[in-house]
Parts: sequence; C-alpha cells; structure tokens
Amino acid sequence: MISRLCIVTGLGAGLAANLAGLRRDMTGLKPCTFDTVTLPTYVGEVAGVDDTVLSPDLAEYDCRNNRLAQLALQQDGFAESVAAAREKYGDDRIGVFLGTSTSGILQSELAYRRRTSPDPLPADFVYAGTHNSFSAADFTRRYFRLTGPATALSAACASSAKVFATAARMIAAGLCDAAIVGGVDSLCLTTLYGFHSLDLLSPLPCRPFDVDRAGISIGEAAGFALLEKPDRYEGGDATLLLGVGESSDAYHMSSPHPEGLGARLAMTRALAAANLSPDKIDYVNLHGTATAAGDASEDRAITNLFGLDTPCSSTKGWTGHTLGAAGIVEAIIAALSIEHNVMPGGIPSTNIDPALKSRYVVGARDAAIDYAMTNSFGFGGANCSLILGRAR
Amino acid sequence: MRAFVEGVGLCGPGLNGWAKSRASLTGAEPYQAAPVVIPPCELLPANERRRMVATVKLALAVGIEALADANREAADTPTIFTSSSGDGETVHQILETLASPERQISPTRFHNSVHNAPAGYWNIATQSRAPSTSLCGHDYSFAVGLLEAMTTLTVDECPVALIAYDLPYPEPLHSVRSIDSQFGVALVLTPQPTSGSRWSLALEMSGGSAQATPMENPRLEQLRQGNPAARSLPLLAALSRNIATNVALDYLGHHQINLSVARVAQTDER
Repeated sequence: MISRLCIVTGLGAGLAANLAGLRRDMTGLKPCTFDTVTLPTYVGEVAGVDDTVLSPDLAEYDCRNNRLAQLALQQDGFAESVAAAREKYGDDRIGVFLGTSTSGILQSELAYRRRTSPDPLPADFVYAGTHNSFSAADFTRRYFRLTGPATALSAACASSAKVFATAARMIAAGLCDAAIVGGVDSLCLTTLYGFHSLDLLSPLPCRPFDVDRAGISIGEAAGFALLEKPDRYEGGDATLLLGVGESSDAYHMSSPHPEGLGARLAMTRALAAANLSPDKIDYVNLHGTATAAGDASEDRAITNLFGLDTPCSSTKGWTGHTLGAAGIVEAIIAALSIEHNVMPGGIPSTNIDPALKSRYVVGARDAAIDYAMTNSFGFGGANCSLILGRAR
Repeated sequence: MRAFVEGVGLCGPGLNGWAKSRASLTGAEPYQAAPVVIPPCELLPANERRRMVATVKLALAVGIEALADANREAADTPTIFTSSSGDGETVHQILETLASPERQISPTRFHNSVHNAPAGYWNIATQSRAPSTSLCGHDYSFAVGLLEAMTTLTVDECPVALIAYDLPYPEPLHSVRSIDSQFGVALVLTPQPTSGSRWSLALEMSGGSAQATPMENPRLEQLRQGNPAARSLPLLAALSRNIATNVALDYLGHHQINLSVARVAQTDER
C-alpha cells in the first residue's frame, strides 16, 4: 500500500504542480543551458536545486543529486508521514530502497575539471557521500534518522521501478514494516554527452511514438513513495502496489530486443503477480523514450500482449527521460492518474508513427482508471513493469 | 531466513577458484597472496569479449564458476549483482574526457559505465531472461546483496545466484576511495534443500555494536577490510570447514547479519 508520495521534476515541485502539468499537457522541457553543456538538446531541469541547503550534519552528502532528493522529501507532507511511520513502527523497522543511475557523479565531473593532472582531486571532494551509488539511499536514511535495511539499486533506467520489488520482498520477509522507495537522478555531463555519443539525443523536445521522433530528452527528478502493509495502514484512500514484473533482455547492452521479448516478459510477470488479465489494465504509462528502436520494440510488446485497444502514452515529453528516477516518476504519474481520474497524454507527439499500432493517447483526458501499468526499461536489458490499483 | 548453498565461485589475490582456495581459507595451507588471474569467459564471442571491462570479466568468471559448481542452468537462475562501484577505469576515462575541451565520450565506454553492465553482459552470455538486479551498499555491498538474495529466495521461492565483485579505482579516484586488489565471489543459493545442497545458512539480524567475524590470517584480514566484496571472506572460511560455524557480517554500521553455517549431509562429497 502506497500511503504517501512526493515528487520533483522539470514540471515543478510537488504532486499538485505535476498533476497540473499533466492535465494541461504542459512540458517541463526547455533548451539545455545546464552547466557548460553545449549540446543542441532539451532537458527537464528542476528549478531551485542549487538553492537547496543540506543541514550541516549532512554536509558530506552535499551534491546536486542529494539536494534534489531533499527538495523532493520536503514536498507533499512526505516528511510528516515518515515521522509518523517512525513513531508507529520504530526507526529500525523502516527500510530505504532507492534507485539511481547518475548518483552524484556530477560532483566527480566538477572535481576532475578543477584538478590539474596528475594532481590529486580537490581536498573538499567527498566520494562516498556524492559519487558512490549508495549516496542517495544513505543520505535519505540519515535525513530521517532511520536504521532499517537500506539498498541502492542501479540498473540503469529500470532502477527506481525495481526498488518496489526489493521493498515488497523486504516487508514480506519481515525485515521491515514500512519502506521508503524511490529514485533520484540529476543532470550531469556523463549522461548528456554519453547519450549524445550514442546519437540518441533529440534536438527538439522528445516526441515519443511520433513518426518524426529523433531520440530522448534527458531530465532530472526525485520521487519517493512510503510503502506500508495494508493491514497496518490507518489512513484514507491510498493506491495499491499490486504487482511487479522483472526480466532481462539477454540481447544487447544499449539496444532493446527488436520484438520486445524482455519487455513483454516483464509485463506478463507483473500481471501474474497482480493476478490480473491484460484486459483489466485501463492505462499503460510507457517507457516510450522516443528513440526509433525503443518505441518500436515496446509497441510490439504492448500489442502482442494487450492487442490494439489498451490506451497508453509516454510522459517523457513532460519530464524528459529521468533515467534512474524514471521508474518512480512514472509510478507516481500512474498513481495520480488513478487517484484523479485523468489519463495523461503523450505530448508533444502529434503525428503518431503509423508503423506503431498501440492505442497512443495524445492529449490528456478524463477517464476512470482502476488499474495502471508503468514500464521501465534500461541499458543492459533491465526491464521492470509495475501495476498500481485503486484501493477499494 | 534459511537458504542452502549449492555452489561457490571465488577469484581474488592467491585465491584462484573456490576448490583451490578452501585449504588456505581454513588455514590448512598457508595463504599466499599473488596477482589476481581472471579466467577468460568462453560464453561470449571474441568481439564481445574484447568489449568486456574488468568488472564484467571478474563478475562473469565467479558467476560461471559458481553455477558450474552447483550444476545449475544459468539461464533459469535469477541473479543479484552487488558492488561498491561501477567499472573504475571506465568511469575515470569518462571523467577525464569530460574535463577535456572535446568531451567526446566513446559510446561503448558509456554503456560500460552503468552499474549493471556486468548483469547486462551476464544475461547476454547466458541467454538468461530471468530477473536480475544490481545493487550497491558502499562498504556493505556484500551484506546488502546477501540480504537481497535471502529475501528473494525466501519470498519468491526461487534459486538465486549472488555475484559480488569489487576492483580498485585508478588514481586520482583511488586516493579518495581506496579498494585493495580485485575480489569476486558468487554463491548459488536455494530456498529448499536440493540434491546439490552442500551447506545450510540460517540468517538472523541483530542490532548493536557486535563485531564482524575477522579472518585469523592477517593478510586475509587485510583483504577483508580493504575490499567490499571480500567482506564475504569469513563466510567463505566457514563454508570451507566441515563443522558448524557462526559468522557475523557488518550491515550498514548499525546491524549485524548473523549466519549459522552447517554442512548438509549428502552422498556426493565433492
């Protein structure tokens, strides 16, 4: 049971700002002016990250990624809910399971830039609190003074979807009663120039499923969900995590399986875990990054499993592809779509590729959504599908 | 939580495979550190092998050894990879390039920089579409991976291959994150006893400030402290002995993972 959510994306800070963007088909993408980057591309940059100040006792964690994490943790009453959960369960009974791909590697990029080879890195550079993949998870548990189990999961763009599986297992095994799951990924040169090297950066805002799609737009984001066992939950309406499906492509390091076999397997496993047939799913939030191969592969997987009638869209056009945070961002969008009866549109695509046969929703519309699926697929062939549902 | 160990893979300094290392781990033979020799991966074609970076080579080598030791099909076995860092040489090269005026990263280097690169290569090499995850817990990465493995096999009732590996960074990162030597270890675990089970593991968590089990041999103890994946050494030493043993591993600095290791009686004494 998901009892509280919080989010920061290029659309804004907090659930309300993101929901408003979702309803109005607004984009959070803008031409890239990040740092010293000179690439002709658009990014989903979060405003106010640099103004976020970590408390002095957490200074060793200070980097863009953890500032972004803290900015999200301060939204939507999340900290208050964690404090209440801490009171209820105890600090050692709440786990922290976070996905990230970038972690705080920007801090290392800046440190290398300040260094003259072969000199050492600047003395103020702290590796463990910034660059290391465990940094955001460690920061989050210290921020809330939690001593339950903690894990950083880094499986590229599936990272913060897969943490839901880890958290659910940890709770089922009795190692914790509640869990903070989520993900944080921040803009950095490694991903911008890295995707540029693969010719995968779109010069215009990304257009998933559009016939003229030309690659991804990178975004940054942080999102968190508080998971509790349904039998211990005492609040009002909440969204349920009904199923998680994970698979591997076994095909290529940076290209998806052309027939979407791994993607289909992840969705099939999620449906089996939720004990639902495909026709029960009211909306699929696609991975839909707007690469030629990725969208085609996912379209095959969707139409093979669901047929041609299940509405689906990619919300990468609002937030950009937030990489290690994409799983949690889109899980939160799926939760918002259920809670507020709105089906997100897949902006800014207008001219849907006729070769793609899925029922792609272009503009946001009102719709009752009881069950939503969200897909996250990453480098290394890491696939994860989540199914969320309305609590009844 | 309980699990059964079917197979082990090991690669470290002077530790060339599980079978050859057991005597040094128990102290029956003197331990002698020596340069790490990673056996080549026969599962991938030569052009893929050339693209493999050191982390991938090490992770695949110990994983393949453990699955073979367990006589279990890799393609059907979910995997948990755990490591403190991505491929150090790859990350360093990217950071150097980004600090230069050109900033032209190699695309292969970029995809090799992801933390789950070993998992990606593993699934291609073994043609496995089974679930696979890639974790990090800084110095506690092995304990984090072990806990994930134990909860996965318990809750999902499936076998699991746990693959932990850590390699040193080159300078200048080495000075800010010291990892000694290269160390990889893999365990094939099942939730129920099988015909291939050789040890049982019972896991309990405890709080407080109890100490992790050290290695008796000072050089192995130095290795244990110097490489996050080598924090597994006390468990490997326990598996090497034929008597029931208790082992404590540090978990995140505020808890311990307590393991009761016992030999499973079986006819096949490999």
